[in-house]
Amino acid sequence: MSALGFLRSLFLTELRRGMGVTWRHLFRRKITVQYPEERTPQSPRFRGLHALRRYPNGEERCIACKLCEAICPAMAITIEAEKRADGSRRAVRYDIDLTKCIFCGFCEEACPVDAIVETRQFEYHGEKRGDLYLTKELLLAIGDRYEAQIAADRARDIKYR
Amino acid sequence: MVAAMEAFFGAAWPVVWSAAKIIALLVPLLVAVAYLTYAERKVIGYMQVRIGPNRVGPKGWLQPIADALKLLFKEVIVPSEAHKVLYFVGPVMALAPSLLVWAAVPMTDGWVVADLDAGLLFVLAVISLEVYGIIIAGWASNSKYAFLGAMRASAQMISYEVAMGFGLICVLLISGSLNLSEIVRQQGNGFFAELGLTFLSWNWLPLLPIAVVYFISGVAETNRAPFDLPEGESEIVAGHMIEYSGMAFALFFLAEYANMILVSFLTAILFFGGWLSPVGFLPDGFLWLALKASIFLFLFLWLRATFPRFRYDHVMRLGWKVFVPITLVWLGVVALWMVSPLSIWR
Repeated sequence: MSALGFLRSLFLTELRRGMGVTWRHLFRRKITVQYPEERTPQSPRFRGLHALRRYPNGEERCIACKLCEAICPAMAITIEAEKRADGSRRAVRYDIDLTKCIFCGFCEEACPVDAIVETRQFEYHGEKRGDLYLTKELLLAIGDRYEAQIAADRARDIKYR
Repeated sequence: MVAAMEAFFGAAWPVVWSAAKIIALLVPLLVAVAYLTYAERKVIGYMQVRIGPNRVGPKGWLQPIADALKLLFKEVIVPSEAHKVLYFVGPVMALAPSLLVWAAVPMTDGWVVADLDAGLLFVLAVISLEVYGIIIAGWASNSKYAFLGAMRASAQMISYEVAMGFGLICVLLISGSLNLSEIVRQQGNGFFAELGLTFLSWNWLPLLPIAVVYFISGVAETNRAPFDLPEGESEIVAGHMIEYSGMAFALFFLAEYANMILVSFLTAILFFGGWLSPVGFLPDGFLWLALKASIFLFLFLWLRATFPRFRYDHVMRLGWKVFVPITLVWLGVVALWMVSPLSIWR
């Protein structure tokens, strides 16, 4: 060790410089966001709770093509398809296990008819086992409840797709 | 009023009076410990550009109370393989000395539970006992992490006690007394004190390297960051405290924070003139001691917010190969200075 280096370490030069950094940070403006009173801004692409959408005439969009089931990396989606009386192909079962879901958004990207979407909702919970297992009825109900926002978000994002 | 109470209690008076003094010392101390945890979370939060606890009570002022209640009501889990008696002796042995030391610490002139002539020796002796609490806890837990933590803690505390002891010998040399009150009073005399600049007559100026070494050793002695290897969350989880929960854990916590306050008070008393006012025209008093100790407590938190943990061999190297030589050299310098014609302590 050189004489200068020895003196530097003896007089704690670098340590004092480090303490100067924390001292300055003591007076910096704090970046804490006080959730739930304050919230960070959300993108229209936010990937939260899933929903199944309907056409404006009330017909469900999903055609049970199973592309979402195939692409889902967590294998959280289970679909059973059947031919309906009017000859159209529809899902009789469409389940998403939210405890498996990783919220990657691939299902939404794979969907050819924009049926499965992810909404901005992220404040939900389950109180007993099975509460986070969404069935087709639940997904359609979520879609009905947030349709206005879902449509608005898709409209804002459409030019980048 | 004191005389009336003396007459009322009769022969039991000395016991009652001592108990009153002990309560008057320990209750504020424990409150200070509680609010030191709050201060720590706030200061470190601010240094990390966060705001720290602010939900319980206005600005989070009731947070320590909530923490204390939570710890009181939590279950103390005893590991099935633990030594049932020693497991509970450990935390008590850790806390008892850190409260006992305060008996000899003078708050202001004459305000001391036991004005011991060998006060400094008493303090050193009782502080050394603390390591037993940690060893017993680590051994009685019967867990490898607890045992490793206890080994680290004991080795570290013993090593830094050496540097600390040599440093304190310098203080003894120039004050010629082991009585802590006497050490403070002696710092009020000198060339600068007569000019009204008392703070230049305190021990810190002639003993500057010792004061720095003493404080850093104090940080190591209390196992605080950056010397928190015995706890080392990322390696051995919480060291000797790993198997403890609820109030048993809280006792270790209390001991650690009481020790931090003690080291701050001792640094203020031994090197920074205790209750003496820094300038001649202001009155002396406990507030000065509290202010000085608060500055050192803030330094504790500041260090923790700034530095990463030492590696174990570096801790040992710093203690034995840096601090011990520095204190020994300065001990020689002070001794020669005292017998030379340039001595400032006549």
